[in-house]
Amino acid sequence: MSSTPIKIYVPRDSAALALGADEVAQAVVTEAARRKLNIELVRNGSRGLFWLEPLVEVASSQGRVAYGPVQPEDVAGLFDAGFHTGAAHTLGLGPTDQIDFLRRQERLTFARMGITDPLSLADYQAHEGYAGLRKALALQPTEVVQQVLDSGLRGRGGAAFPAGIKWKTVAAAQAAQKYVVCNADEGDSGTYSDRMTMEGDPYMLIEGMTIAGISTGATRGYIYVRSEYPHAIHTLNEAITRATAAGFLGDNVLGSGRAFHLEVRKGAGSYVCGEETAMLESIEGKRGVVRAKPPIPALKGLFGQPTVINNVITFASVPIILARGAAFYANYGVGRSKGTLPIQLAGNIKYGGLVEKAFGVTLRELLFDYGGGTASGRPIKAVQVGGPLGAYVPEAQWDLPMDYEAWAAVGATVGHGGIVVHDDTADMSKLARYAMEFCALESCGKCTPCRIGSTRGVEVIDRITQGENRPQQVKLLRDLCDTMVNGSLCAMGGMTPFPVLSALNHYPQDFGLSNPDRKAA
Amino acid sequence: MTTSTAAAAGIIQQVLDAQRNQPGALLPILHAIQDALGYVPADAVPDIAEALNLSRAEVHGVISYYHHFRSEPPKGAVVQVCRAEACQACGSDVLWEHASRSAGQGVTLEPVYCLGLCATAPSMSINDKPYARVNAGKFDRLMTQLRAQLKEAA
Repeated sequence: MSSTPIKIYVPRDSAALALGADEVAQAVVTEAARRKLNIELVRNGSRGLFWLEPLVEVASSQGRVAYGPVQPEDVAGLFDAGFHTGAAHTLGLGPTDQIDFLRRQERLTFARMGITDPLSLADYQAHEGYAGLRKALALQPTEVVQQVLDSGLRGRGGAAFPAGIKWKTVAAAQAAQKYVVCNADEGDSGTYSDRMTMEGDPYMLIEGMTIAGISTGATRGYIYVRSEYPHAIHTLNEAITRATAAGFLGDNVLGSGRAFHLEVRKGAGSYVCGEETAMLESIEGKRGVVRAKPPIPALKGLFGQPTVINNVITFASVPIILARGAAFYANYGVGRSKGTLPIQLAGNIKYGGLVEKAFGVTLRELLFDYGGGTASGRPIKAVQVGGPLGAYVPEAQWDLPMDYEAWAAVGATVGHGGIVVHDDTADMSKLARYAMEFCALESCGKCTPCRIGSTRGVEVIDRITQGENRPQQVKLLRDLCDTMVNGSLCAMGGMTPFPVLSALNHYPQDFGLSNPDRKAA
Repeated sequence: MTTSTAAAAGIIQQVLDAQRNQPGALLPILHAIQDALGYVPADAVPDIAEALNLSRAEVHGVISYYHHFRSEPPKGAVVQVCRAEACQACGSDVLWEHASRSAGQGVTLEPVYCLGLCATAPSMSINDKPYARVNAGKFDRLMTQLRAQLKEAA
């Protein structure tokens, strides 16, 4: 055997596993052994080019070279062709970083994604990992918070609240115990950037939360991960164990004398626990029922103590802000939407995957220049942006730039950056009905507009599609949605009308209505 | 049957002893019990309640609130088919109907609302192992494999 092993990368991301990555990895090992080749198999994260998964890479003299999608039965042929030296093959994609879909992105948060071994601390640090925390430890806590404020970073979970303001509030609060809680209850269909981060670059999240802890005086952190993400939970737990053993977590973070302890808490299949106060109830061991605000969690959060709550991507954006400075990050984006957004292309799309771009990219660019249109080859009919509570966006609005304010102005939401594409076979009345049905299923039951309104909503939509006294029922649906928007305690009931009304307004023919009935959203 | 009940009681006690003192202990305890036994037995509720100084109603309320927790053992493998929007856009309604008709015995079939595999829809999982781009044919092949594995294990 040769002395230097050949590095071969097979992703361990759930989506790659779901397409057979474990079996491919096994085939690579077996085939290499049969040929007496000295290889080092690295189970990396996913590059986020999901139509090419399992995407196998080889470290060659020309850099990393990609092949995909690879099935176990392709492996022997790949070795025959000499793929382990970067040789050509029908599955060959050339140098990975030259793949068009990747080359045109602006990956700041996802810079390491798919490149490193997610659990290797050495690999993480060789790729700028923990540079942010080291900088933060050299600054005063208030200076760290100021960096986050100056970067313009806003909550990536969907609400887009300025992260620095939350941090400042918690830092100023007086309490014996404060907490940092990461909302990793990524329940929105069409979103997976949190999952990719936890599975593919967990130390980035851990580092971001540690910076939040030391700058706000919180010594304890929880990551609340949904039970539907077993691989993410497993990877995070392993990463926390290793980071603690190496002194990046614990009583004395990197010898600074400051403590930060981190723990994973597993959700239990409740969508509404993605709402921050319901999540706190769940971590406290109760039913995930929404709390009324005020008091805000920054002052009275977990166990009644001041708590920083942010989404995975928000925390994950912090290390690079500290490492390279607030101005570097704020230089990306448009208007008040600073920085980049990891956008997730999903549903019926040809090239589904993760596209990190500065704010300002248009939906049309994402759908066609990146996504390549539908997977079915049929025309795109509707696009839902921002999860199950996001509006269906018709073609007339596809040229809007990704920008929180621009989208809010047309009654839509950027949310967590998930984009679900439907082709022209979609029945929008069915999707509107589903939105109400899902709300009825997942409502925590605390407030009436959400608990009762959602069930009534299903019934009214049924009457509309069955043609029972249609004009009156449409008016009733609009009234009901108005009550839900204005009377619900949280976004579950308050935003379910977004997909419902956008479907009704933009696709009235699917409800058996003629276009003249059309009203503005 | 009595031995398995006794074994279950032993596991529940171990879990309670190990986890009762952490803040917000109820969910971790319920997860640990379900991970070990496949469900949270109804007769475990009084013990859990006592260990955490909660009422039985509170513990029952939490178990019944969350979709993840079961009070009955699942039959065979747990097969979850995603029914959320991204999978709907790729034909998961048809897949769900097919699965409901053909899953057969030895399988607990459940809907799930997003496995985070939305760029490779429709998706499903078998005992937490994920599968993507599933159609009726792939579903049937997976079920045939599963039945062969279950038979081998028995």
